[in-house]
Amino acid sequence: MNFRSIFSKTAQKHERLASQAVVPDPQRCVQCGICSYNCPLGIDVRLHALQGLAVVESKCLTCGECVKRCPRGVLRFDAAPLEQITLKAAK
Amino acid sequence: MSLYAIIGSGAAGLAAANAIRARDPAGQILILTADPHVHYSRPGLAYVLSGELPEKQVYQFPREFFARQRFEFVQSGVQAIQTDAHTLRLEDGRALRYDRLLIATGATAAMPEPPGMQLEGVVKLDSMADCQHILNLARRTRRAVVVGGGITALELVEGLAARGVEVHYFLRGDRYWSAVLDEVESRIVERRLAHDGVEIHYHTNLVEVLGQKGRVTAVQAEENGRPLTLPCQMAAFAIGIQPRMELAVQAGLKVQRGIIVDDHLRTSAPDVFAAGDVAQVFDAQSGQYLLDSLWTPAIQQGRAAGANMAGGDVIYEKKFPFNVTRLAGLVTTIIGRVGKGETAGGRPKGDADVAGIMRGDSELWRLSPEAVAAQTYAGDNRLRLYLKDNVMVGAVVMGDQTLSRPIQVLIQEQVDLGELRAALLSDNADLARLLGDFWEGYQVKHAAKIA
Repeated sequence: MNFRSIFSKTAQKHERLASQAVVPDPQRCVQCGICSYNCPLGIDVRLHALQGLAVVESKCLTCGECVKRCPRGVLRFDAAPLEQITLKAAK
Repeated sequence: MSLYAIIGSGAAGLAAANAIRARDPAGQILILTADPHVHYSRPGLAYVLSGELPEKQVYQFPREFFARQRFEFVQSGVQAIQTDAHTLRLEDGRALRYDRLLIATGATAAMPEPPGMQLEGVVKLDSMADCQHILNLARRTRRAVVVGGGITALELVEGLAARGVEVHYFLRGDRYWSAVLDEVESRIVERRLAHDGVEIHYHTNLVEVLGQKGRVTAVQAEENGRPLTLPCQMAAFAIGIQPRMELAVQAGLKVQRGIIVDDHLRTSAPDVFAAGDVAQVFDAQSGQYLLDSLWTPAIQQGRAAGANMAGGDVIYEKKFPFNVTRLAGLVTTIIGRVGKGETAGGRPKGDADVAGIMRGDSELWRLSPEAVAAQTYAGDNRLRLYLKDNVMVGAVVMGDQTLSRPIQVLIQEQVDLGELRAALLSDNADLARLLGDFWEGYQVKHAAKIA
């Protein structure tokens, strides 16, 4: 048995990559910076985690490097909170 | 204009400084620190040690941020606090007045006292300076011995192994971190360490660190009652930490294992607050004052203390202590009460490898959940839950973390699991599926709360 099999099938994963964003759980974060260090585009993911903000920058490729490397499971792919998307549109 | 002094520049100190600035744009904020590296992610040092992260990366805030916040740093330790006169005497001889003071001095590694502890090659992992020192020594270290338990001991074991050092890990008892992990979990960690080439010595006590010309050359130990001499160039210790509370003791503040603070993080002296590893904080659920040595509570306490120092009325409510860490490469989440609940002299009992609390540790974990357990494991994935009546009060999630966030919410929100209880506790229950299904339904009903 594999716990992961409950939620993620390959198709779901692709869907997630296309439609979701990297979302942090600030409670888990210890600000080590592994996420920012491994972002190929230099996005300061750690700052997002500190502020509890999803990475909705259009630059983010949702490559998953930060999600995979975080040693504490802070980051996940999820729908970005609506207010953050509207905020961005208003800019 | 108010004058705020903060002793300590770690997680709690900085969080307090930011909270003060948010409420009091004009006040003067002095941060006194003896750490030449000022502020960095202390948990991040593990990854600097292992080589996953360059040193410069763990400095969380750029200098410009401190300047923008108008924090004034004073690079000096503090020698004494005079609470009546509201003054500090610094180690560099100066005297400083304060209106409100925060003690956020953190904790320091407890060191055992066998002969030979003064030798070069005896190391601990408290600070950036310690981390740099270990990395310098590691270049000419072929073999190292690690003594201790908990998260820090494993950080040393794994960090040194990643640097190509042959690591021997001494455990006094028969398994790793017995105060918090159960036997299945300990064995998973030990097996993975062995797979990485770490040699674990059970029932082994260090007797003496041996040296020549001031440097470590071997350790003398007793393994299963028989003498063992192991040549090595480094002896690393992580047997626990001690809150740094000498200043508070001297100043006559109320202390036990840490500085006793009320729900506003106030100490027994007027205008003096404490937060972080040094603070022993009231836990309403257990009715005890407990120590945590965790990043998130340190920040939450720092924020509440800072707000209250600047005239706020913020109550710090001790939540279910919660940590996510990596043990032998496995992400592990520990939430709430999961321990065996043994106490010695009124304090939670640790395991034989540690003297008290460790870094990344909470005394609450060791309290008994007084609840029934459900558990499952598959390969290196492990799930252990504690139910009290119809709510979950503690959990350990090791390996696959898919369920750790749902479980975290179910515990922190004390969600009623009445409909699941019987199924969870039945023999061979598929815990992951039961919780996964429940969570999907819960998410739909409570979308706003989770976000």
